[in-house]
Amino acid sequence: MADLIKVGMADYKVGRSPSTLISYGLGSCIGVSLYDPQRKIGGLLHIMLPDSTQARSSDNPAKFADTGIPLMINDVVALGASKARLVAKIAGGAQMFAFSNATDIMKVGNRNAESCKQILRRNGIRVIAEDTGGTYGRTVSIDLSNGSYKIKTIDRGEKSI
Amino acid sequence: MIDEFDLTPNQLDALREIGNVGAGNSATALSQVINKKIDMNVPKVSLIPIDEVPDLVGGPDAIIVGVFLRVYGKAPGNILFLMPKKSAFYLVDDLMGRPHGTTQTLDEMDVSALKEVGNILTGSYLNAFFHFTNISMIPSIPSLAVDMAGAILNVVLAMLGQMGDHAVVIETKFLAEDDSVNGHFFLVPDPGSLGILVKAVGVE
Repeated sequence: MADLIKVGMADYKVGRSPSTLISYGLGSCIGVSLYDPQRKIGGLLHIMLPDSTQARSSDNPAKFADTGIPLMINDVVALGASKARLVAKIAGGAQMFAFSNATDIMKVGNRNAESCKQILRRNGIRVIAEDTGGTYGRTVSIDLSNGSYKIKTIDRGEKSI
Repeated sequence: MIDEFDLTPNQLDALREIGNVGAGNSATALSQVINKKIDMNVPKVSLIPIDEVPDLVGGPDAIIVGVFLRVYGKAPGNILFLMPKKSAFYLVDDLMGRPHGTTQTLDEMDVSALKEVGNILTGSYLNAFFHFTNISMIPSIPSLAVDMAGAILNVVLAMLGQMGDHAVVIETKFLAEDDSVNGHFFLVPDPGSLGILVKAVGVE
């Protein structure tokens, strides 16, 4: 039985095949996965907010896309992955409650997705698949034996990207 | 601005007491709606790490029904009324005059009924805050989602996450006398709002 490693909110974990990294119940949050298909090493990051410079200082860099992603890149590379080979998949970024007068923060899901893509691009990492937006929660997991990124929902079934 | 973390024990007591009166109002309202005795616990006012909030309602992947209202005014915040799916379905069967166990998914009318329950509970809850603080807190129209607890809580946690790594939640549990319906009622003040409320009560 391969390891199932849980990744909490505003946290990240890295690992290698045959482990699976999983994060439960993402709403506006984003699950960013990284994978080196040759070495079968990867990571999963669960960010809550797009930009650390727009928030009060925090002890937890994994809460933000701009500070969390570089941190996870470093850790997967330290584990033996090649940065040049890394590919990313992202999922999440929903708007759970629809309001006609929704404030910016209620629409943070969109900004989270945009920010993740931008930060990944800036770090030279390709986003090869994404499943973002909508109005529903997602549980995401990456199987490090093959890089498959599984997305589970309550009413919309399950899929791999 | 009084920092959340610097509340004195007396101030916490004051908040708990207001929460208690508010929750009492809400419990009475709910028991009238479903015509059953509703028990509630003494509200907890707690400061907890943001990532642990979903554990209060069964973990991030527990399926729950959540009614969310934004609170406007001088002390803005958020209200979440969360129920396990089973409780929400039971409640909706009651409200719609159907035999228990009928509801399997929520249709538009059911959603509307549950939102209205959220409205009633919120109104009676916030009345208590107005009574003690003289600060009016005006709720938005309710919004409802059936989804994973983590995803539903995301909406308030993202707001709080901008300001820090902890959340102050005023939490009450409801339980009908026959265990048929239970739920959590949360008031999550925006950062800064607690200080305003506490100051208005005048407790040092």
